[in-house]
Amino acid sequence: MAEDFVIEMLNITKEFPGIKANDDITLQLRRGEIHALLGENGAGKSTLMSVLFGLYQPEKGVIKKDGKEVRIKDPNDANRLGIGMVHQHFKLVECFTVLDNIILGVESTKMGFLQKDAARKKVMALSEKYGLRVDPDALVEDISVGMQQRVEILKMLYRDNDILIFDEPTAVLTPQEIDELMEIMRGFKAEGKSILFITHKLNEIMAVADRCTVLRKGRYMGTVDIADTTKEELSRMMVGRNVQFVVDKKPCEPGDNILEVENLVVPSRIHKNNAVKGVSFNVRAGEIVCVAGIEGNGQSELVFGVTGLEKATCGRIRLCGQDITNARIRDRSKAGMSHIPEDRHKHGLVLDYTLGQNLVLQRYWQPQFQNHGFIRSGEVQKYADRLIQEYDIRSGQGAATIARSMSGGNQQKAIIAREIDKDPQLLVAVQPTRGLDVGAIEFIHKQLVAERDAGRAVLLVSLELDEVMNLSDRILVMYEGEIVGEFDPRTTTVEELGLYMAGGKKQKEGQA
Amino acid sequence: MIVLANIISLTVIFAVPLLLVALGGMFSEHSGVINIALEGMMIIGALFACFTLQAFDQSGFGPAHPQLAVFLAILVAGACGMIFSLFLAFAAINLKADQTIGGTALNQFAPAFAVVLTWAIQGQGLTTIRIPTWVRITRETLGLAPAEGQSFFDTLFFKYFYLTTPLAIILLIASYIVLYKTRFGLRLRACGEHPQAADSVGINVYRMRYAGVLISGFLGGIGGLAYTVAAGSGFNSDVGGYGFLALAVMIFGNWKPLPILGSAVFFALFKVIAAYNSTLTFLPDFKGVQDISNLYQMLPYIVTMIVLVFTSKKSKAPKAEGIPYDKGSR
Repeated sequence: MAEDFVIEMLNITKEFPGIKANDDITLQLRRGEIHALLGENGAGKSTLMSVLFGLYQPEKGVIKKDGKEVRIKDPNDANRLGIGMVHQHFKLVECFTVLDNIILGVESTKMGFLQKDAARKKVMALSEKYGLRVDPDALVEDISVGMQQRVEILKMLYRDNDILIFDEPTAVLTPQEIDELMEIMRGFKAEGKSILFITHKLNEIMAVADRCTVLRKGRYMGTVDIADTTKEELSRMMVGRNVQFVVDKKPCEPGDNILEVENLVVPSRIHKNNAVKGVSFNVRAGEIVCVAGIEGNGQSELVFGVTGLEKATCGRIRLCGQDITNARIRDRSKAGMSHIPEDRHKHGLVLDYTLGQNLVLQRYWQPQFQNHGFIRSGEVQKYADRLIQEYDIRSGQGAATIARSMSGGNQQKAIIAREIDKDPQLLVAVQPTRGLDVGAIEFIHKQLVAERDAGRAVLLVSLELDEVMNLSDRILVMYEGEIVGEFDPRTTTVEELGLYMAGGKKQKEGQA
Repeated sequence: MIVLANIISLTVIFAVPLLLVALGGMFSEHSGVINIALEGMMIIGALFACFTLQAFDQSGFGPAHPQLAVFLAILVAGACGMIFSLFLAFAAINLKADQTIGGTALNQFAPAFAVVLTWAIQGQGLTTIRIPTWVRITRETLGLAPAEGQSFFDTLFFKYFYLTTPLAIILLIASYIVLYKTRFGLRLRACGEHPQAADSVGINVYRMRYAGVLISGFLGGIGGLAYTVAAGSGFNSDVGGYGFLALAVMIFGNWKPLPILGSAVFFALFKVIAAYNSTLTFLPDFKGVQDISNLYQMLPYIVTMIVLVFTSKKSKAPKAEGIPYDKGSR
């Protein structure tokens, strides 16, 4: 054998009801490499890894370890073969200590009683060796998300795994934590461990991976050496066409004021002070106004105040000239406001409803969809089918799919379809592309620009400066609950925005 | 002083079934299954244990070896509660049924079954299974000389002393150790908190949940017998709502063994005040209220509601309880 493969997954096929999640996929992992697995949301990356980890059984295909065929029936088998996994949604018991979480499943015991001393020593040693700095006696619910991920990593190391799977590890991390994780991964590679790194972020692959296998809609697209490829080529393989990282848009032609906010004050849900401290701005028809800022500077609360999720304690909000300061959410919606919320699971969807039911959430009371209080399910179905078609919402069983089972990108598309189709005057979009892959991001950006071109007012809140610069016609920077500056994206720079976002500078009243 | 001794010993004897059954509920809920069928499990346990005691009484084995007979009856109670709990386990774990509905069904079934069986064995209309008098632990049982008159300690220890009391203390300590010091306990709690996490490290969630429910059936059955001996007169196909009260005790005890002990004693004390208010002369008698005893009888239930209103916000139930575990779901 010419090459030294530690794990080979050959011609894997795995089907779920209504969907072929993996269709004849081959993945070969060399010893001591960092191998990226790239694909859009729903391309089958997580399914493939779950097969390798023994959580799912494939219909077809074989898995080889060191050239010998193996059967992995459950995570115990995977563990015995030295395969460990950091799951996308951490598998940690929140009310247990770090140490209890690490030993869970491989506890050493004497007559059934737990023996934790040796385990504690081993965990401390591993934590020291790889610079993980984890306190074994802290409760998981008390530590940061980045630390929780390190606990997951320690779980693998504690089990002496040498094939490490990272399922979208960077989605939940801050930029600094991402850098540290990359460093940790390089450390493992130097130790001779083999790493499978699942992601849809191209920059990270270019930074850390040796090779990359690309999946698209459950199919195998090929494996490339990172040294011989570019970001553009990878994204083409992943999406199947050229992806525009920059959105084309016509010059902005603003019309009448749609949203006018005067001296708005909104209390915080976390602390006692006000999160929004007397903010005034307007959004006109046919423009995208972007609120930029570092997370936690009052952007979320500003949106809560505008959309009615939180009661404003002071100030005035007008939508198309109508005072909506104290209006109910339904009345705001009827007055022409659409909202793509920051937390799509909490405020965007009823996760255990079907896709169809979610799509009519904003209009089920209209005569078209109900008759004396009874839902006309045929109409709902018809309406849902049209939106699914128009917005390319992919799901296992069409309108009958439970929203929870859909991928994040398609959940977001469903919300966007619902909110845009009700033909709003004002579209409020909060971090609409968070956690999504490049294809979905491109789609959403195009939709937002199309709404603007159709003469709607768009209020966009984003933490991503690329997105801010790319989409907006006007930029408002928020810092500590106040708007500290207004900018034209054509004349400002990312550096200047950064300075205002960090509170280093502030425009004078009247100028803003 | 005698009154005080009476109250304490009565409180203990009523706290014992609450403690046992609440511990049972705790095991089930820590594994992730809500066990609302505790009442039913108590009834089934008590039913078969009482028949066992009766059989021992008639065969002469009971009077000859009273505490051994009681111990065997306790085992019967536990075993029958366990078998009965299998229905809940099967419905909740294998069929992934709604646990509240499954439990309610069992609660409806148990008393009806008990009535039918009691009539079938004892004859139509004889609804009470009498408990033999030798069940109680006396001075003679322990080989002590008979007491002279009524003393404080004599009342405290021997007026209501049954084998279930020391057993409950042993089971309380054992529950604590099992839950927090053993591999089994760690895994059990993981299944109630985050079954996906447990599954991902190779723990068989279904098996652990079966274990949790079966333990609760065992403790619930014993608790049924403990209630019946405490109530005194015999078994009437009914355990007076103690299964539900035990659920409140478990919640008030925050799903932890030692707080459960405390809350069991607390609730038992109110039960005793309710049941014996006419003999407790120091209680206020609210002049002008016609039948004051009704008011006192309501007391434990009112206290339960008030306590739960104030504590339920802070209480930390196992996160995944009540949710059927499905390997496939993400």
